[in-house]
Amino acid sequence: MKLGYYPGCTLKTKAKNLEDSALASLEVLGIEATELERWNCCGAVYSLADDDLIHIVAPVRDLIRAQQQGYDTVITLCSMCYNTLARANELMKNDEEKRNTLNDFMDEEPDYFGDVKVVHFLNFLEDEVGWDKVKEAVKVPLNGLKVAPYYGCTLLRPKEVGIDHPDNPVMFHKFLNALGAEAVDFDSATECCSAYQSLAHPDIALKVSYDILQDATNKGADALALACPLCDYNLGRKQGKMLEMFESANEVPIYYFTHLMAVAFGVPIDRNHFELNRESSVELLKLKNLLSEVPA
Amino acid sequence: MSKRPSVGSTGEDQIFRRPSAGGAAEAPVEEIEVRMIPIYIMGKRYEVPETLTIMKAMEYAGFQYIRGCGCRGGVCGACATVYRKPGDYKIYTGLACQTVVEPEMYLTQLPFYPANRAIYEFNELTGKPEEVHALYPELFRCVACNACSKVCPMDVEVMDYIAAVKRGDLKAASEISFDCIQCGLCASRCMGELPQYHIGQLVRRINGAYLTPRAEHLATMVANIEAGRYKECLDKVKGLDADTLRNIYQERELEPAVAGEDWTPKSNECL
Amino acid sequence: MSLLIALRTINDEMRRKIKEISGQDISKCFQCGTCSASCPMEEHLQAPPRRIMTLIQFGQSEALDLLNTPWVCASCHNCMVRCPRGIDITRVMEAIRLLRLRQNINQVEPSNLQPEEVVDLPQIAMVSGFRKMTS
Ligand code: SF4
Ligand code: SF4
Ligand code: SF4
Ligand code: SF4
Ligand code: FES
Repeated sequence: MKLGYYPGCTLKTKAKNLEDSALASLEVLGIEATELERWNCCGAVYSLADDDLIHIVAPVRDLIRAQQQGYDTVITLCSMCYNTLARANELMKNDEEKRNTLNDFMDEEPDYFGDVKVVHFLNFLEDEVGWDKVKEAVKVPLNGLKVAPYYGCTLLRPKEVGIDHPDNPVMFHKFLNALGAEAVDFDSATECCSAYQSLAHPDIALKVSYDILQDATNKGADALALACPLCDYNLGRKQGKMLEMFESANEVPIYYFTHLMAVAFGVPIDRNHFELNRESSVELLKLKNLLSEVPA
Repeated sequence: MSKRPSVGSTGEDQIFRRPSAGGAAEAPVEEIEVRMIPIYIMGKRYEVPETLTIMKAMEYAGFQYIRGCGCRGGVCGACATVYRKPGDYKIYTGLACQTVVEPEMYLTQLPFYPANRAIYEFNELTGKPEEVHALYPELFRCVACNACSKVCPMDVEVMDYIAAVKRGDLKAASEISFDCIQCGLCASRCMGELPQYHIGQLVRRINGAYLTPRAEHLATMVANIEAGRYKECLDKVKGLDADTLRNIYQERELEPAVAGEDWTPKSNECL
Repeated sequence: MSLLIALRTINDEMRRKIKEISGQDISKCFQCGTCSASCPMEEHLQAPPRRIMTLIQFGQSEALDLLNTPWVCASCHNCMVRCPRGIDITRVMEAIRLLRLRQNINQVEPSNLQPEEVVDLPQIAMVSGFRKMTS
């Protein structure tokens, strides 16, 4: 397998912590994933209209780039990128008419038939690495850490590209258990954080996200793990605002799932870029004695 | 099979006369044979010599450039031209001052294309990508259609530099957009209604001012000037009469065409 | 909200277009309300998805135009995976949005965003928000 890595725009700036903690963990596992040399924004959301193909051009172009560079598999981290790329790929594989239209439109690029595999990091861990191997790589088991695994929407729905069952996913649980953490079930695990509504209706987004955090802490979680930079924005970065707005709001440490892996693997702390998180993320790890060194 | 009508032999060969160097009225006229070809300028047919650039062909056809022409050297971006060829759906572009006419081309010049230019106080910027995002939020409307790169007469990969700005890599964006001459054609084709070239220009400015390491030797030089290092030399030159000055200039030591990195003039009195 | 459902208030063209854009057969909806119960945005909607389906079934474009539902919908696909009639309601919401966006009417104005907001928001919020809310 020749493995290419598609980062997505946000992972290069505000979610550098997601990218770097993931790449550091891959290094520990001895896996090489090379970033595509040339790529563009995937468009973040998949076009949902039968007659709107122009918004499928962006993800397809990325897959063409992957193929041009000789990758048969592209691994992604951001849930939105994963969803968009995977759905576009399904379309190119299965819908001949739309595939032809898209290939004709991109007459400056080679034709594409959906041959590159789009894989989310978690699927990759399960299928290609195996949870046993992940377990073996753990140096600092996350014992005593109760984490609410938050899937959100785009990792699970629609079914064709979901990394697990849309209503009863267990992937994240397996992941957390492999790291020695305890997964805390909560109903909102597969609910939406309101996604891009933080742009159009920030107040609604704040309330919806607050409810998710409340649910997680009511079930006894110390923290919440997630995979998407937009979820992280709504549930994590906006917590200061939540504390202002809602009386019963509590600080809930937020991690990218890759953060937890990097910590458990004993990766140097700076690769986690905790400066992009709220302070509570590092505080909790210190409290639980899971950090060997304190970040600079 | 091509639907395209055959083109090429429609123009009759003519004698194109031009005064030879010297230009006096009765001076002998140099005669060159040039083939005339038909082109369509804003829909109207003209016969023009086939060797001319679009810009000269337009002048030959009677258009006068009072404005809308700049350097005539392919660097100012004032003469962007859009054209089509018969039976061909594609849009072609070129700089009127650089592109030679083709038979039966349909063309118009697009000296300017309105595009939103953000207002900013450059010295207040710090070089963070978010600043560019905030000045041009519309850049997130790019759909990667690539129409911009396809239309760019300078072969700039416009879509790629917009992609680089989106992901915050201003250095890459600055390098990819380096050949842009601000002609505006990319903006004319943009599905997302972006002003790509203004974004590119801002990014190059930021790259130059904040992301590129400062040239240290320049600071030393400026300090030397300020300390009066060259005052004596300058005063000496200022006192010379015109003839001496000319002589000095003509006899100055030149850097050889192939000189090593460490070449210095014989006298470094004024260095 | 009271509705007058008469021949003259039924906009057949709207029904046809939504079907065409979304690829969904709205007449299959039997009003079970599963979508509304599944919708994470429900408490903020002026009408839940089930009701939107009724309005389309009856071609009530004027009523539909006044509701915030498609604009507060987050395209989470919860309704879609649960609808017992297999209707992709998320695509129906997109079709309603597109009916307006395609008239060159923006729901969010990029030029009016405050710089602080843009600096704060991650790129994927901008990209996805613009895709859903601008023409
Ligand atoms: S990038 Fe745009 S403005 Fe610059 S030269 Fe190309 S088309 Fe013209
Ligand atoms: S023309 Fe506009 S939308 Fe298309 S790729 Fe270029 S910048 Fe993006
Ligand atoms: S879940 Fe499906 S059938 Fe039930 S009300 Fe919603 S759209 Fe109609
Ligand atoms: S896709 Fe939209 S309407 Fe459907 S459940 Fe999600 S937010 Fe509600
Ligand atoms: S006149 Fe300046 S580029 Fe053509």
